[in-house]
Amino acid sequence: MAEQATASDLLQTPLNDLHVELGARMVPFASYSMPVQYPTGIMTEHLHTREHAGLFDVSHMGQAWLIGPDHETTARALEALCPSNMVELKPGRQRYTVLLNEEGGIVDDLMVTRPLAAERDGQLFIVVNASRKDVDYALLRAKLPDNVRLELVEDRALIALQGPEAVAVVAAHAPATAELGFMDADFMEFDGIDCHISRSGYTGEDGVEMSVPTGAAEAIAKALLADERVKPIGLGARDSLRMEAGLCLYGHDLDETTSPVEGSITFAMQKRRREEGGFTGAARIQKELAEGPSRVRVGFKLDGKAPAREGAEIRLPDGTVIGTVTSGGFAPTMGAPIAMGYVDAAHSELGTKVNLVVRNRELPAEVAAMPFVQQRYYRKPKN
Amino acid sequence: MTTYYSKDHEWISVDGDVATVGITNYAQEQLGDVVFVELPEVGKTVSQGDEAAVVESVKAASEVYAPLDGEVVETNGTLEDEPAKVNEDPEGAAWFVKMKLSNTDQLSELLDADGYKAFIAEL
Repeated sequence: MAEQATASDLLQTPLNDLHVELGARMVPFASYSMPVQYPTGIMTEHLHTREHAGLFDVSHMGQAWLIGPDHETTARALEALCPSNMVELKPGRQRYTVLLNEEGGIVDDLMVTRPLAAERDGQLFIVVNASRKDVDYALLRAKLPDNVRLELVEDRALIALQGPEAVAVVAAHAPATAELGFMDADFMEFDGIDCHISRSGYTGEDGVEMSVPTGAAEAIAKALLADERVKPIGLGARDSLRMEAGLCLYGHDLDETTSPVEGSITFAMQKRRREEGGFTGAARIQKELAEGPSRVRVGFKLDGKAPAREGAEIRLPDGTVIGTVTSGGFAPTMGAPIAMGYVDAAHSELGTKVNLVVRNRELPAEVAAMPFVQQRYYRKPKN
Repeated sequence: MTTYYSKDHEWISVDGDVATVGITNYAQEQLGDVVFVELPEVGKTVSQGDEAAVVESVKAASEVYAPLDGEVVETNGTLEDEPAKVNEDPEGAAWFVKMKLSNTDQLSELLDADGYKAFIAEL
């Protein structure tokens, strides 16, 4: 059995002591000591999140502001580096995008929020992956124009509460949360503490992500955990939840060689940007949009019960190798194994029969639609 | 019948030259929820330390090593439909394989119950 890595040289989040107190199994992740699971275990944590509310410490992720003289300037500065509309992003709205390299490959995927308050005009709030923050910040510092600066947020924790009961739980402390629609965000008070809350997440469920002062993080987490609807959730279940939701994990399903077209995230590229280009790597992306990419990320449902994981070869029934699995594992909500991977575009149609090779055994599977589990994002009732 | 333990967290219950092998409670706790068990073919000859089975949890695959030299004579078919049994009854109903031992001298290399308890207390 593998040995536990020592945590002595790893970074800790503001909730580290709480995780240890809760009996979490801590593992190294992106230079941080993070909880992979609590005594409840991954299966229970995953299922609980889809039924009630799961609390995630995601403080390892990078939080930062892009600050320019006005919205259009800051938005256009970001648009030079990403294929999404930032100029048209409305105040109080959040959007998913990617930073691109010169070859049209993805440097990182991230969330961008335009603040609601007029006093914050010209500011954009970004949340980036922990494993990529150094690379992202270096890229931004190198490429942003002189009148847009990058300001890192180093005094805030990031806490997610996800699941059908999450907003009700949070709204008891921060009533304004209940007014947020999916992908809305705003500053508001949680038990009198100033926080930034967005109604978004990485699970396919309703829920929020909260940027809270470091000093208040433990108290806020404990206040949420005091609600019987809430359980703490580790990175293990975070991964199985996002996989069922068909969401990418950078470094696995997206990397510097994959374009957003290959990655099947064209939804993040709005029409104006697709047509106008004007961002790093646009040539390749526009070519792939016009002609189709040579490979593409698809989902797989396996016929049997044995999982196929990252690195497994994808073959046609005749043995032809057509790709590689980039994420895979057991999906607790489905009670079956699923996977994602890149295949030659010619074999990417839904229903295509394949074999995933695990320990020299060919496991039958077929290309399946993502998300694997229905998304249950909040829809504001129409008045 | 005597039960031995390996430092790889297997239990081995020996009756003459036939050993029933499974993983210990400590092992199943470390693994988490088991979702699939890949067992060897009946008739397979294994040497001590060879990969004999694979246990898939939600998060990862873990190898189970043959604790002794021998031939697999029976595998536990119930684990195919009920892999969670490994978490529920690891040292009883969730045995993995029965082996005909080719070298019972190797048993002296294994731990007894007290020895295994002491071993895991140090981990």
